[in-house]
Amino acid sequence: MTKTVTLTIDGDSITVPEGTTILEAARQLDKDVPVICYHDATTANGLCRVCVVDVNNGRVLQPACVAACTDKATVETRNERVERSRRTILEMLNSAVDLAEAPEIQDLMDDYSVDRERFPDAKRREHDLKDDNPFYVRDYSQCVLCWRCVQVCAEDAQYTFALTLDGRGFETHVSTAFDIALTDSPCVFCGQCIGVCPTGALKPKVEFGIQQGWSMEDIQRSTRRPRRKNITIED
Amino acid sequence: MNELDAILAPYQGRQRDALLPVLWDVQTAYGYISADAVHAISHTLRVPESDIYGVIGFYSLFHDEPVGETVIRVCTDLSCGLAGADDVLHELLVEIGIGHGETSSDGRYTIGHTTCLGLCEHAPAALVSRRGVGEHSVASATSQRLLNGTERYGAVVGGDALNLLQDLDQPLQDYAALRQALFDLTQEQVIAEVEQSGLIGRGGAAFPTGMKWKFTHAVDKWPKYVVCNADESEPGTFKDRVLMEHRPHLILEGMALCGYAIGASKGYLFVRGEYPLATSEHLVEAIAEAEAAGLLGDNIMGSDFSFRVEIRRGAGAYICGEETALFEAIEGKRGFPRIKPPYPTTHGLFQQPTVVNNVETLSAVVGIVEHGAAWFKQWGTEKSAGTKLISISGHVGRPGVYEINPGMTLRELIEDHCGGFVGELQAVLMGGAAGTFLTPDEIDVRLTFEDLRAAGSTLGSGAIMVFNTSVDMRDVLGRLGKFFQHESCGKCFPCQLGTQRQMEILVREPLAGDRERLVDIGLTMTEASLCGLGQTAASAVLSAIQRWPELF
Repeated sequence: MTKTVTLTIDGDSITVPEGTTILEAARQLDKDVPVICYHDATTANGLCRVCVVDVNNGRVLQPACVAACTDKATVETRNERVERSRRTILEMLNSAVDLAEAPEIQDLMDDYSVDRERFPDAKRREHDLKDDNPFYVRDYSQCVLCWRCVQVCAEDAQYTFALTLDGRGFETHVSTAFDIALTDSPCVFCGQCIGVCPTGALKPKVEFGIQQGWSMEDIQRSTRRPRRKNITIED
Repeated sequence: MNELDAILAPYQGRQRDALLPVLWDVQTAYGYISADAVHAISHTLRVPESDIYGVIGFYSLFHDEPVGETVIRVCTDLSCGLAGADDVLHELLVEIGIGHGETSSDGRYTIGHTTCLGLCEHAPAALVSRRGVGEHSVASATSQRLLNGTERYGAVVGGDALNLLQDLDQPLQDYAALRQALFDLTQEQVIAEVEQSGLIGRGGAAFPTGMKWKFTHAVDKWPKYVVCNADESEPGTFKDRVLMEHRPHLILEGMALCGYAIGASKGYLFVRGEYPLATSEHLVEAIAEAEAAGLLGDNIMGSDFSFRVEIRRGAGAYICGEETALFEAIEGKRGFPRIKPPYPTTHGLFQQPTVVNNVETLSAVVGIVEHGAAWFKQWGTEKSAGTKLISISGHVGRPGVYEINPGMTLRELIEDHCGGFVGELQAVLMGGAAGTFLTPDEIDVRLTFEDLRAAGSTLGSGAIMVFNTSVDMRDVLGRLGKFFQHESCGKCFPCQLGTQRQMEILVREPLAGDRERLVDIGLTMTEASLCGLGQTAASAVLSAIQRWPELF
């Protein structure tokens, strides 16, 4: 028989199998614990820390996506400490990354009364748009570093290993080896990275073209395979 | 066979955990690691090229594009900053005629700054890398010395309880404690002695050493590993470097004792890349001597215990002092800390049961096993048993490493042992960049783990930096901010973003609302970060806000 643990989340008692994460237990109770990096289909790494909750008024907060429920624990999913951490993380993220195409994070910022001008003159993570293949564009100015694209490209799904993280700290960014074009990388254009991107940093070229107001003809031209450029067509 | 093939030949059949050693070998030969080299390494170790590129990009000392024949890195952190490092770096750049981080047009020099090199008692310090030769440290750096050659630096030691710091540079003796353990003591007896001694970890986290050994010993899963954390990178901390340079055998014997106690036959000694002298000379030679004398290797001293130590060289990343990030580095990955639990005692290096101890901790074990727990407890207090090494730098008469009987006050240490204060005292930073400040009226605190904790401070790894009234505390805070900005690994959002925002606020002119911004950033990093780096990245700043609110 599976061992179980019993805990209270925001005053409500719940019994779950040992090993259940706090996030899973909270969802069973219909408690709203926000997440940014977490995705049901990828390995949870506890990166964004927006899901932190207060367990037993501990020294530090616990990431609900990876922290297991413990017996007799008292969990608060939204108190003053939790709110300060979530709000400050969102304020810092908003000061660094273009979140215009991340509606869920926008809603979260409203919910947590984020001051969108909290950090004047803060350095932003700006990158040139990467348009190096007929299928996707990559705009890492919109990347929050959730790691999902790197993970699905690697052991979480595809085992292609076209992508990696480069740099460190604030300068961390997603890249191919030596920043080569995707067409020169092992990428097989499976599209899984596009599917898991939460912010619009990765998107199909057609969607990008429509956003830019391109004509259908221009969009079609942009999605042609690049090697055709070298073929001379007699007309 | 071309040169690259020759470099890679010894690594045929090896796996990803050989990645850092291969990258060092390639870079030593070529000065940098090219795309062609990455391709070849990928095939040798069967690691994706993108992953190798990501690893190169993580570590400060690795280059993925050509650099000068000689790369000079001048430390501009706290103690070196006080000693004029900015001027040394500036003079050097003017003399060569290049900007910061640039390479001279003749390809001879690349020059820039670096975070703390652990030579704070010889400030200002620099690390010089020469293609084909490797790295060496330069103490008391001037632009002339950096361009013209090297002089060896000596150890500056003192204190009132010399134990680890006695018998420096002594040739190999018998490993008496190990001999005693192998022939007279069971594993459980060794662990019990360490537990009874009250020894707590000397790396900063102060976890009871005996308990760590007991937990790992109890796990029924093999193989097990001993890892010596010699990634000493906390700014202001250099005690482990002195032990590695002058008492390497003590460390090796301590590792072997741990191996015997927990049932491990392999130990890794992970040394920060910025300690070339300790790594390439003292430790390598000591291991060879010990193996030749039958004190390490197979069937040590004719017993059925075998134990080998492999040195692993870091490549410039403070975060690798965090135990799980250190495992990742040995495994050939970016040095990202892991989520805990599970803990190293059950899931450590290669996901196997592992004891990871600091250099000073393992060194202290030798005396405990040889002379007994009671002998060790003649020093210190109930909760701070045994002697403790202190690295002291900044405005004192004689910066160096001091071995003390815990319980003496900070004032006594500085006035009676370290040559007194230089100038009028303004502030003391306890525990390094991740520590807390004390004001002049707080320095009668006793130097024990418990007294400092009660005073809202920390002994940490035993780093003490002293600042007199000539120092601009905003400048000190700005350097601390830059340090953490440079060293955050980037894994979790609070630290990745918070260290950047904290640094920006500390180096610019103060604005209304900065104090509240720093408190929010600081508490968010402290409470929500994934590892100890982020959780302490605001500790000094928050303590400064309490003590000098007018600065913000």
